[in-house]
Amino acid sequence: MLAYYLPLIVLVPILSFITLVIFGKRWGGKSAYVSIAAVLISLGLSIKALIDVLGGLSTKVLFTWASIGSFHITFGFLLDPLSAMMLVVVTLVSALVQIFSMGYMHGDKRYGWFYACLSMFTASMLLLVFAPNYVQMYMAWEGVGVFSYLLIGFWFEKRSASQAAKKAFMVTRVGDLGFAIALILLYVHAGTLDMGKLFAMHFAPALAATISILMFFGAVGKSAQFPLHVWLPDAMEGPTPVSALIHAATMVAAGVYLVARSYPLFEKGPASLEFVAVIGTITAFMAATIALTATDIKKVLAYSTISQLGYMMMGLGVGAFAAGAFHLFTHAFFKALLFLGAGSVIHAVHSQEIFEMGGLWKKMKITSITFIIGGLALAGVPPFAGFWSKDEILLGAYTSGHTVIFWIGILTALLTAFYTFRLIFVVFFGQPRADHHGHAHESPAVMSIPLLILGFFALTAGLLGSPFMHNAFQGFIAPGHEAEAINPLVMGLSVAVALIGITAAWLKYGTQLLPENIIGKNNPVYKLVANKYYMDELYQYVLITPTHVLARFVLKFDQIVVDGIVNGVAKATAAFGSGMKRLQTGYVQNYALFMLVGLIILIIWSFRFLGIH
Amino acid sequence: MVIPLSWYLIVSAILFGIGLIGVLLRQNAVTILFSVEIMLNAANINLVAFSRYVTPSVISGQMFALFVMAIAASEVAVGLAIVLTIYRNVQSVDIDRINIFKW
Repeated sequence: MLAYYLPLIVLVPILSFITLVIFGKRWGGKSAYVSIAAVLISLGLSIKALIDVLGGLSTKVLFTWASIGSFHITFGFLLDPLSAMMLVVVTLVSALVQIFSMGYMHGDKRYGWFYACLSMFTASMLLLVFAPNYVQMYMAWEGVGVFSYLLIGFWFEKRSASQAAKKAFMVTRVGDLGFAIALILLYVHAGTLDMGKLFAMHFAPALAATISILMFFGAVGKSAQFPLHVWLPDAMEGPTPVSALIHAATMVAAGVYLVARSYPLFEKGPASLEFVAVIGTITAFMAATIALTATDIKKVLAYSTISQLGYMMMGLGVGAFAAGAFHLFTHAFFKALLFLGAGSVIHAVHSQEIFEMGGLWKKMKITSITFIIGGLALAGVPPFAGFWSKDEILLGAYTSGHTVIFWIGILTALLTAFYTFRLIFVVFFGQPRADHHGHAHESPAVMSIPLLILGFFALTAGLLGSPFMHNAFQGFIAPGHEAEAINPLVMGLSVAVALIGITAAWLKYGTQLLPENIIGKNNPVYKLVANKYYMDELYQYVLITPTHVLARFVLKFDQIVVDGIVNGVAKATAAFGSGMKRLQTGYVQNYALFMLVGLIILIIWSFRFLGIH
Repeated sequence: MVIPLSWYLIVSAILFGIGLIGVLLRQNAVTILFSVEIMLNAANINLVAFSRYVTPSVISGQMFALFVMAIAASEVAVGLAIVLTIYRNVQSVDIDRINIFKW
């Protein structure tokens, strides 16, 4: 049976987008219902799709979109375990975020447009998930990029927001260039961009590795991997629900999804997987260290997202395909939860600086409890979601013999637990640090209920892939791959570092036992990390400044040489004209004389040269 | 004695030259119009003379001359009307003073 309801999953949010673009302004606050209804329909159909896949269905609905000679662009809906999983994650998180936004964005003057963008973002993301070929993938890939840009810059009156939007768009574009080259190479060498056909082909390992690494560049940009991670922290200028949906749960996972989807291609060139693992490890570690020093609640979460995306890449790179996908799945829930929790906090205290908060536990019970659940999941404490998936990745690194990567992963897990609980202890416990938070109160139900639902998933989603359920998730995503046996050493280490990290954070921020500054603010290591390894400055001096210099040179060239030529032609014409105007004496008899002279010349000329006699 | 064609042509050329010099040198617009008439009539002499000497059986040149006279008459009518209008505006028919189209 063909699943013809699949296109509806994408079409309904697109219809919502079109409706809201037309009527959003007029409907104002009611716009949310259209968008939420649309995403709930998509969610229902996605769950049906997931049930169908669980029942053994695996299908592709194809339409020919364009035919140019022998080149056919098909448009399709590929349903398999991986895409079914992503469908449910995207629509579920999107639905919860949209419900949450009803409270968070309440009274915003571009409310309708906000929901229109969220709808279309969801549609693009679903189209990306469904893509059975790279043309559609690339198109949807750019689609999510555009709506991410629009949503980061949603409050574009703020200069920093519009700058962040531009930065996000341009930095990801650098990666997209690699992706585009990879697609061109694929088409030149294989003559098709259909994934099914490509994965069945034979490629020389070197070629496959080249293509895969280029494709991975796209993922590096989109999933904010080192060295193109710089856009994601800045993207926090967008509204917090946007950060939750796009910059934590879904779009940034698109890069991981691309690698997971193209995994057969990466496997043909094993060098590319090593590359993925190394980049993922560097990203995970580096972002975790920066998160230690960040003091903006959303920035901490942003760096944590980068770090967790690094973990996913690490997992995919070391060959633990299912573990990477599993972490993508669990991370979507707990990170969306953390971001929405942060949104709830920001909504209550109107500040993002964690050292201005404190003691919110007493005032915001639901937010606090769900945030702590999210924190435990992120820190990797059993039985929360993050533990199972992170453990699987570390196990994958350990069993595949990537010892260095494994130990860096363990160290990063320690840092993760520390910065997560630093955030929790500072924000929710202790005394309020600024008096203007006296009026902080729990957020309305539209905001707290999504938190509770996500909290439930953050608590339980991991169990799907845990040994208690015989690694059901991994068996579903990657049938045939035997789940790794539990390794007590890895699991014990991973639990131990999580607990050590939490304890350390408690000692430092929960009690007054440790000194105020363990290392001074002027310590070079602290300065290096607090300044984000000077990556932004590096780009500023290596790329942006030279580009400006070049641009200025080109401007001068344009102004002096090109404009000079054009103006010169105009000036010469004008000068010729003002010379010739002297012939226009205004004396009729002069004109008559010219006519006579002309006539005489004509006559002589016709006699001499035309031979008229 | 038969008058040769060249004599007519010489008269015609002299008349044309007089007319031309008048057009180029005289200041008075009315005089210039007269000079143009002289040039047209020089052409008429040419036309009639050639017709009479080259194709005596047909009177095409004479017909042309008649047309030229008719057109010259209407041209003078228009020309004098313009001169009159100019005179009303500048109280003069001296064409050196009518140079507003100059650069």
